[in-house]
Amino acid sequence: MIAVRGHAKPATHKRRRDVAPLLLVPVVVLIALPLVGSVSSWVTLTVAGLAMGMIIFIIASGLTLVFGLMDVLNFGHGAFISIGAYAAAAFAPWVAASLHADSLALNLAALLSLIAVAMVVTGALGYAFERIIVMPVYGQHLKQILVTIGGVIVAEQLIIAVYGPVQIALPLPTAFRGSLVFGDIAVERYRLIAVAVGLVIFAAMELTLNRTKIGLLIRAGVENGEMVQALGYHIRRLFVGVFMVGSALAGLGGVMWGFYREALTPGMGMDVMVLVFIVVVIGGLGSVGGCFIGALLVAVTANYAGFLAPKLALISNILLMAVILLWRSRGLYPVAKR
Amino acid sequence: MSVLGAVLSGDPPRGRLLSLVLALIFVGLAFAPVLFPGATALNVAAKICYFVVLAASYDLLLGYTGIVSFAHTMFFGLGGYGAGLALYNLGPSWSSLLVGTLAALVLAVALALVIGLFSLRVRAIFFAMITLAVASAFSVLASQLSALTGGEDGRTFRLPELLRPGFRLLDGPFVVNGRIIAYYLVFFSALVLFLLMLRVVNSPFGRVLQAIRDNEFRAEAVGYRTVVYRSIANCLAAAAAAFAGVLSAVWLRYTGPAVTLSFDIMLDILLMVVIGGMGTLYGAVIGATIFVLAETYLQNLMVAISHVGGELPLVPILFHPDRWLLWLGVLFVLSVYFFPTGIAGRLGVRR
Repeated sequence: MIAVRGHAKPATHKRRRDVAPLLLVPVVVLIALPLVGSVSSWVTLTVAGLAMGMIIFIIASGLTLVFGLMDVLNFGHGAFISIGAYAAAAFAPWVAASLHADSLALNLAALLSLIAVAMVVTGALGYAFERIIVMPVYGQHLKQILVTIGGVIVAEQLIIAVYGPVQIALPLPTAFRGSLVFGDIAVERYRLIAVAVGLVIFAAMELTLNRTKIGLLIRAGVENGEMVQALGYHIRRLFVGVFMVGSALAGLGGVMWGFYREALTPGMGMDVMVLVFIVVVIGGLGSVGGCFIGALLVAVTANYAGFLAPKLALISNILLMAVILLWRSRGLYPVAKR
Repeated sequence: MSVLGAVLSGDPPRGRLLSLVLALIFVGLAFAPVLFPGATALNVAAKICYFVVLAASYDLLLGYTGIVSFAHTMFFGLGGYGAGLALYNLGPSWSSLLVGTLAALVLAVALALVIGLFSLRVRAIFFAMITLAVASAFSVLASQLSALTGGEDGRTFRLPELLRPGFRLLDGPFVVNGRIIAYYLVFFSALVLFLLMLRVVNSPFGRVLQAIRDNEFRAEAVGYRTVVYRSIANCLAAAAAAFAGVLSAVWLRYTGPAVTLSFDIMLDILLMVVIGGMGTLYGAVIGATIFVLAETYLQNLMVAISHVGGELPLVPILFHPDRWLLWLGVLFVLSVYFFPTGIAGRLGVRR
């Protein structure tokens, strides 16, 4: 008995942690330092890359989780990005006073309220989208892709119907404009905000997934949904919840992205989705950790490439994806059963 | 009848109504210059011709092989740019058209092979995402390398003399000029390409593709290398799409990102194939015809509706002539749910 126990424990605990992918981002960042040459441009590029990577991670994490849990690839995810951003823009006039007041606290409160509005709207729409669009086509990948693409077309056209096809402005709150200067290093304030928000989301997600019962159920559902169902948990309800959270995160990402560019276009969601798909493929479909690394890697690499060889930057993402897939054909951290 | 059967590879349209509609489309396109005089109508007819090829080649992937690609416009664009840039740089001769076409075909097949090797061997679902990424990079590349491609503006070029509007073959009551010759070049090329694709899907090879679509595991177990078959299908579809691109370049005498590479065109192709009917090439014919007609003429109808319903709230917004894509999008979603075989499937219910 004791011998068996002593035997079984190491077997579960000694599952080798796969660290090689964790080193990718630091290695790329360090390699870039001598190539870029000047420390100040290197810091600026790195912070810009990290900020963009965090925003992409926020968007991509929901997509990859939804895929991992229910094997649903939601091409309509991009619609929630645009809708989140437009919801924030629509609500912005209500809080215009505090948004452009000369006070950090008021600005922050206004920004958070915009984010809350966007997330509530996209979360609610995510619920409807799951019920109406996605539910009838479970288990049929081809139809899922088609139907969610159809959802994007309709959503994009509705945005055009309401706001017109031209881009609208979404100016940053006063306190977040401009840069912080340390010596000869300048870092845009909003980028720091984006990094902070991304880290908070990542930490919250890791904590929820690894330290709560809901997270345990989600992880178990990714591994084996039928077994979770058989143990008496309502996997469908769990999934709807994850779908809503994923959509709300896309909405949050949309707001962050909209402020990042300070402009909105109806097609912005689909533009970002190209990057998001690359990130999800690099990270391994269904893996949140892989998604985080993939997002930072893609954004940082794109920024360095844009600085070092602008023409190459156009296809740097594709090259990066090709290299990663040559190394690990299912992405960095493939989810076991898929 | 058996000759017709042989031409159609033993796969004639099922059902009287479907045959009738297809015959009408065929006659309409074959005699378009006589039946529908005017530049707009001829443009619509030519556009239908090359979009039929494009949609049919996409159906080869989507309907017959069961894989979703978002890179089809890239191959279409390769054809367009190949022919266009060759005519632009090497002069308006038949040989440069030929060189451009061949170069485009080789490039398209090679690219399709590489993409397939990266993504098809893992999971079909990777394919959708990777093609989307590659296609968007390609379109950015095409608009950025402006020294070669003309950037966002694209390139306008001249055709061989026979195809120019100024060329007159016949005068008199019915003028046959270069434009009409160009139309028939596009029409007959499209017809041949369509019949070739019909031949492919009805060959043993095509049957294997359908087997993989219906049950990949079983097809693999029976002994077919699914990856190989999928890759070949991908290359064939890419080649046909590149041909469609060449035809579009010949007709438009222009090539640029907006008419060949944009994601909107990718969505258009999806709409055509799904609404027309997946899994039957005749569906692509119907889908392309309806779509191009809708794009051109539906807007007039919607102007009328938005005038009639002008008093009601929301009606002017939703029926604004620019909203036609919204309604096609709704139709698209509905048809995926309720008519997975599309219009062709509905019309072609067995007698």
